[in-house]
Parts: sequence; structure tokens; C-alpha cells
Amino acid sequence: MTKSILQLDHVGVRFDALRAVDDVSLDVRRGERRAIIGPNGAGKTTLFNAITGVVPPSSGRVVFEGRNITHAPPHRRADWGISRTFQITNLFPSLTVRQNMELAIRGLTPRKFSFFGSPAATDEERAQADSALTLSRLAARADSAVNELSYGEQRQLEIAMALAPNPRLLLLDEPAAGLSPAERVIVANIIRALPKDITIVLIEHDMDLVLSLVDWVTCLNNGQFLAEGTPADIRNNADIQNVYLGKARHHA
Amino acid sequence: MATPISQAAPSYEARTRPSHVVGWIALAAVALIALPLVLPSYQVSITTQILIFSVLAMSIDVLAGYGGRTTLGHGAIFGASTYVVIYWTAVLGGGIWTGVALGILCATLLAAVFALLAIRTSGVYFLLLTLALGMIVWGLCLRWTSVTGGENGLRGIGRPEFIADHISFYYAVLLVVAPVTWAMWRFVHSPFGLTLRGIRDSESRMRSLGYNVPLHLFIAFVASGFFAGIAGALYALFNNFVSPSTVQLSQSVAALLMAITGGVGTLLGSFVGATLIIALENVVSAFTARWPTVLGVTFVLIMIFAPEGVVGRVRILLSRRRKRQSSESLN
Ligand SMILES: Nc1ncnc2c1ncn2[C@@H]1O[C@H](COP(=O)(O)OP(=O)(O)OP(=O)(O)O)[C@@H](O)[C@H]1O
Ligand SMILES: [Mg+2]
Repeated sequence: MTKSILQLDHVGVRFDALRAVDDVSLDVRRGERRAIIGPNGAGKTTLFNAITGVVPPSSGRVVFEGRNITHAPPHRRADWGISRTFQITNLFPSLTVRQNMELAIRGLTPRKFSFFGSPAATDEERAQADSALTLSRLAARADSAVNELSYGEQRQLEIAMALAPNPRLLLLDEPAAGLSPAERVIVANIIRALPKDITIVLIEHDMDLVLSLVDWVTCLNNGQFLAEGTPADIRNNADIQNVYLGKARHHA
Repeated sequence: MATPISQAAPSYEARTRPSHVVGWIALAAVALIALPLVLPSYQVSITTQILIFSVLAMSIDVLAGYGGRTTLGHGAIFGASTYVVIYWTAVLGGGIWTGVALGILCATLLAAVFALLAIRTSGVYFLLLTLALGMIVWGLCLRWTSVTGGENGLRGIGRPEFIADHISFYYAVLLVVAPVTWAMWRFVHSPFGLTLRGIRDSESRMRSLGYNVPLHLFIAFVASGFFAGIAGALYALFNNFVSPSTVQLSQSVAALLMAITGGVGTLLGSFVGATLIIALENVVSAFTARWPTVLGVTFVLIMIFAPEGVVGRVRILLSRRRKRQSSESLN
């Protein structure tokens, strides 16, 4: 219990009549690599929104590091160490990569309220940005404008920005969505090489990718908890084969 | 409509060379200082007006170009300051500098009220809400006759001796506008200014990075109102008269149009925009009394054909040329 970093306690999110997340409970241990899988519309992104405060849960509790954060606004949760990427690329397209990183870093520092200060990054900010960019293999593109990056590079910047504030819990929403097989390998290697003290929860449709990256998998279906287990368990679970893998194959 | 305006704003300043900027600023400073020596007195007075409205247009650009919130309430904030300065000096018999300070203070407070009501909206809703708030101020100035003089307005007591003539007043305004412009420039290019551009691009990302988005917009709105208040106080000295037309919608529209014509998100473009719009107003007024109609038509034409504004367009052309040159040098 003491090793737990994130607990969801019967969390539900409703949109009118639709139960997008329905009575989901889970427990993520510190340092764990956890995957959330499930077919389209299973409620995976909505679950992330409930954890990050974008959509507050309509029932249940979210507890992070022992603190009940169920109703805290997103920026407070970021302050407490939760960071995320977005399924649909969500960057600052009119700015440069460096400016994106500066915004990512300053969200948790008082420098964001420097009204007349120099815009130049401090040595410390630069080092922090460079280290996140290096982890995301984007260091060479630091001075480019975001709208000059390839789609794959933009996905890497998604990760770099989420890493920049040194989070303790990192939520990755389909980091490899829309990437070519070669680009997927890059993203998988980036995730594999992330510091072990960051707890990671990963949403991903690509089974081969996801099962090679995590040590525990939770499967959702129709907003509800379906099954969980090690990657080996999941591969052999008949329910998941039916609900998820079968469906995914039909779609693909 | 509000969204395209903000999106039209390109941000290339990251790549504009500082040496060029300094050169242009020095040139502009020399021109502005030399102007009264070559212009007839009437045109010096128009230039003074241009400087004052440039500050108003820049204050709008802080919100529209950087925060992505296009406002139609700034005429009212500006005019509130004008009213307070003239009421304080002419009706209450107070000192002019206290009046100026109070005018700016009231404009800032009014902006805080507007901000509390409007910052949680965006796009067209923000535009309409600020428009409505401006209309309330206008209605108040029109109906509260015992204080505002209603439609007759209020006449001021004139400027202090040392800035009474056109030329010395021009220099006095220049002496205020220069540091105010510098302050706004620092403000939009500060780390805080960058957060506004982040909000313009993606509020959801900003929130997930730890930013309290409404707080940032509130601060930006209040700062913007402070700068609009400075312009309004200068206008009180300039015009020596205030009436509901100072706070009416067309004032907000004209000032927004100046910011857009110059180039939203360029800050200094407001000087170009104010020059063009005020010059146009003077030319048009010689032929017809239908300035508001012409203003409306101009607005529509600019939005359709040049939404990035003069300075915005120049920046785009420059950056294209630079890209072409750099790709040529690679080949
Ligand atoms: N803001 C919203 N308002 C109304 N319904 C929503 C909202 N967000 C999500 N939904 C609905 O909730 C359900 C779950 O959506 P969610 O995006 O969480 O699925 P997902 O598991 O992430 O799917 P995918 O794999 O396609 O990303 C869907 O039916 C979706 O249409
Ligand atoms: Mg999703």
C-alpha cells in the first residue's frame, strides 16, 4: 500500500447518459510501467482526463501520493507532479521548440510571473530543456519552429514537454498514434529509456509495442474494467482476445 | 471571427535580428523628434493624436495578439479614464496630475471588472461580452447626466501652461509614449508574455503544464486596461472635452482596427495602423460625415484581404525571403 503512487477508487465519468468511465478502480505502484488498453471508445482518454483534472470524475476518488485530488484543477495536479501527453498532438504551433520547452518548464516555477524580465532561458532552464529534448531524441531540432517539425518529431516534442517539468507520474496517451513502423521503434526506445523513478501509465493500441514496454496491463471495455495482468497473462486472456484483439484486427 | 484574428498573427520575432530592430527604432525616434520642425501645426496635432491612439491600439494588441482575446470594450476603458481626468479637474477643481493618476486607476479598476466577467470566455463570446460591457459604460455616460453632462459632455480646464501649445504638448506626449511603448514591449516579450502566447495557441496544454489560465488572462487584461487608461488620460489633455462618443463602440472598433491594420501580435504595428486609420478618417471627413460606415467597410476589407496587417505581412515576406536565401546558400 505504501508503494502506491496513484489510486483510483470506483471512478466514474458520465457525459449525460453515457458512462464513459464506469466504476473503475486501480492502483499504480511507484516506478511501475502500466499500460491501459481497450478498444476505441473504451474510455481510456477519459480516464486520463479524470486523473489530470480535465474532466473531473462524477463519482469515486482519485488519490495521488496519498492526497485526494478528485476535485483539484489541472494546474494544481501538474504542480503536484502529474504530467501528460495528448492523443491528438497539442503543442504551441506558432512558437519554436525551445519556447515550447520554456513554457513546459516554467509552468511550475515563479518565472512564469516575470512581467518585464528577459525572455532568454536561464542556464538552469536550458539544461532542463536540453535534458528532456535529449531523452526524446529531439535535441538537434531545438531551434526549429514547431510547424516545421515532421509529425513524428511533433510526437517526440509531446513527450519532451511532458518530461520537462520532471514529473513523478507521466501519462502517455497513444504516444505512437499515427506513426510509421520506423517512427514507432524510436518512440518505443524513448519510453524504454526514460528514468526508472518516473511512474508511467501508457495508453496504446499497438499490442506488440505496448506489451514490450510495460510490466502490468489494465484492459478497459465500454468504460468498465475488463481484466488486468502481466503482458503474458494478457496475451493469453480469452476475454481480451475477443473484445480487443479481435476487434482491433477487424478495424485494421 | 475573433479566432482567425489571433491565428493570423505570425510570430517571427524569435528570428528578427536585434541589430535591425535597434536601427529601425533609432530611425523612428529621429523622425518623431524631427516631425514638428517640418509639419504645420495642425498636422503636429494629428500626429499627437496618432501617438495617443497607438498606445490604445497596443493595449488591445496585448490581449488580442498575445492572449488571443479580441476585445471590443477598450474604447470604454480608455474613455473612462478621460472622463475621470476631466471630471476631477473641471467639476471638482482638483489638480491635473492627481486627475491623471485617478483616471488611470479607474480605467485599471474598470478593466479588472471587465476581466472578471469576460476571461472565462473566448472567441466570439469574449468579443460580444466585452462589447456589451462597453455599451453599459456608454449608456451610463449618456444617462447619468448629473455627473457626466449626458450628451453635452464635459469641457476640461485646458492644459498647464508649459504644454499648452501644440508642439510642446507633442513632445510631452512623445516623452510619455516612448517609455510606455518600451514597457509594453518588455511585457509582451517577458516570460509572462510568452505564457499569453501559449494560451493563445493551446489553453488545454497550458493547464496541464501547471498554468492557471484565467489568472494569466486576468493579469493581462488588467495590464492592458492600465495602458489604455494612460492613453485615455493623455486624450483628456489632448481633447479637453469628453462626451459619450469617447466611450462609444466605434471608438473600440477604430482602436481594434488600428491594431489589426498594423498587424495583430506585432505590438509596434499599432503605430502603423493608427497612422493609417487616423489619416483615413481625416481624408474621409473632408468629403462625408459617414465615417462610421467607412470604418465598418474598412474593417471588413482588412479582415478579408489582409488579416495579418501591414507589419504582419512584411514579416511574412521577410521570413520567406530569408528562407529562400538560406536554401539557396545550401544548394
Ligand atoms: N467531452 C466529451 N463529451 C461527450 N462524450 C465524450 C467526451 N469525451 C469522450 N466522450 C465519449 O466517451 C467515450 C470514451 O471516449 P474516450 O476518448 O475516453 O475513448 P478512448 O478509449 O480514448 O478511445 P480511443 O482509443 O479512440 O482514443 C466515447 O464514447 C466518447 O465519444
Ligand atoms: Mg483516446
